[in-house]
Amino acid sequence: MAVFVYQFILSFFASMGFGILFNAPRRALISCGLTGAAGWLVYFTFMDMGVTQIVSSFAGGIVLTAVSIYNARYLKMPLVIFITCGIIPLVPGGIAYQAMRNVVLENYQLAISYGIEAALIASAIALGIITSEMFHSLVNTILSKLKTGE
Amino acid sequence: MLNDMEIIDEPNDDLKESYVRDVFFVALNCGKLLLESGAETYRIEDTMMRISNSYGISNPQVFVTPTVIIFSMNEHALTQTVRIDERANDLGMVDVINNLSRDISAGMPLKSAIRKIERIHESLVFPLWLMVLTGGMVGFMFLLLFDGALIDLPAAAFGGALGVFIMEGILRFTKVKFFTEFFASLFIALTALLYVTYGPGANMDTIIIASVMPLVPGVLITNAIREMIRGHLLAGIMKGAEATLTAFAIGAGVALVFMII
Repeated sequence: MAVFVYQFILSFFASMGFGILFNAPRRALISCGLTGAAGWLVYFTFMDMGVTQIVSSFAGGIVLTAVSIYNARYLKMPLVIFITCGIIPLVPGGIAYQAMRNVVLENYQLAISYGIEAALIASAIALGIITSEMFHSLVNTILSKLKTGE
Repeated sequence: MLNDMEIIDEPNDDLKESYVRDVFFVALNCGKLLLESGAETYRIEDTMMRISNSYGISNPQVFVTPTVIIFSMNEHALTQTVRIDERANDLGMVDVINNLSRDISAGMPLKSAIRKIERIHESLVFPLWLMVLTGGMVGFMFLLLFDGALIDLPAAAFGGALGVFIMEGILRFTKVKFFTEFFASLFIALTALLYVTYGPGANMDTIIIASVMPLVPGVLITNAIREMIRGHLLAGIMKGAEATLTAFAIGAGVALVFMII
C-alpha cells in the first residue's frame, strides 16, 4: 500500500509540474496531477502483475482519459489540457532516449529495437485515449437517444 | 457581458458583407490562436466551424495542418490562408478560446466577440523562476519514478532546472527550436557527466533521462498518432516529423557528451 501512495505522490507532482511548464490554467493544476497519477497507478499495477508494458500503457491511457473527461466536464475546460498533462508519466521517454543513445554509440540493432518499442508504447497510449473517447461519445449518443425516446 | 445586445441575423443568402467579414475574422483568429497554443487540429476545425455556424454562415470549409490554416466561406466567396510559424504548448490560451467559443454558441453578440478577440494577447504566463523550479521538481520526481539512486537526486533536479532555463532563455533570442533543444540536452548531459565523474553520482543514464524529460517530445508523438487515427494523416505525419527532429536534437546534444568520454 505504501508503494502505491509513494508512486501516487511522485506521478502527481510530475504531471502537475508539466501543467505549469505547459502554462495550464491555475485552477486545473490539481486535476492535471490527479489525471496523471490515475493513469500511472493503473500502469504500475498492471506492470506489477506482470502484464507487458504495451498492454499496461493501453490500460493507463484508457483510465487517464476517463479521468480527464470527468475533469473536463466538472471544470468546464477543454479535454486536451488534462490529457496533455496526464500522459506525461506514461510517455516512453526513457526508451526513446535509449534508442537515440544507441544510435550515437553505433549499436544500430539495439537502437532500432528500442525505437520500435517506444513507437509501440506511444501507439498503445494513443489507442487507449481514443478508445476511451469513443466509448464516451458512444454512451452519450445512446443516452441522448434514450432521452428523446427513440 | 451582454449589455449591448445585438440581434444575430437569421441564416439567409443576403447577409451583409461586413457582417460576414467580421464572422470570418473571429473564426480565423480563434483557429490561429488555438493552433499556436498546441491544440489538436480536428478540435480547431470543429471550433471554427461551430463559430461560423452559430453566426448563421452556411457551408464554411476549413483545413488545418500544424503549419497552415485554409479557411473558406464558400457561399460568400471568402478565402484566406494563414501560415503559423511558432507553435508552443499554451494550455491556458486553449482554455480562453474554448470559453469564447462556448459563449459564442450560447449567443454572444458578434461585436463583443470581436472586442474580446482583439484584447487577447497573452494568457496568464507563469514567471520564469517558477518554470525553472518546476523543471527541477520534474527531474526530481522522474528520477524517483525511474528507480534511480537517491544519491543522484541533486543532479537530476539541477539538470531539469537547467534544461528548462536554457530552453526558455535561448528561445528569447532565437526561434529555431532545434538549437534550444540541442543546447539544453548538451548541458544536461554535461551536468550528469561531471556529477558522475567528479562527484558521488551513481548512474549517468538515469540522471540524463530524468532531467531531459521536460524536453522529450512524448506528448508530440502521442498526439501525432491520435491525429492519424482520427484521419488527419497530414497533421499526424507533420507532428511525427517534428517529434523525430526534437528527439534527434536531444540525442545529438547527449551524443556530443558521450563522444568526449
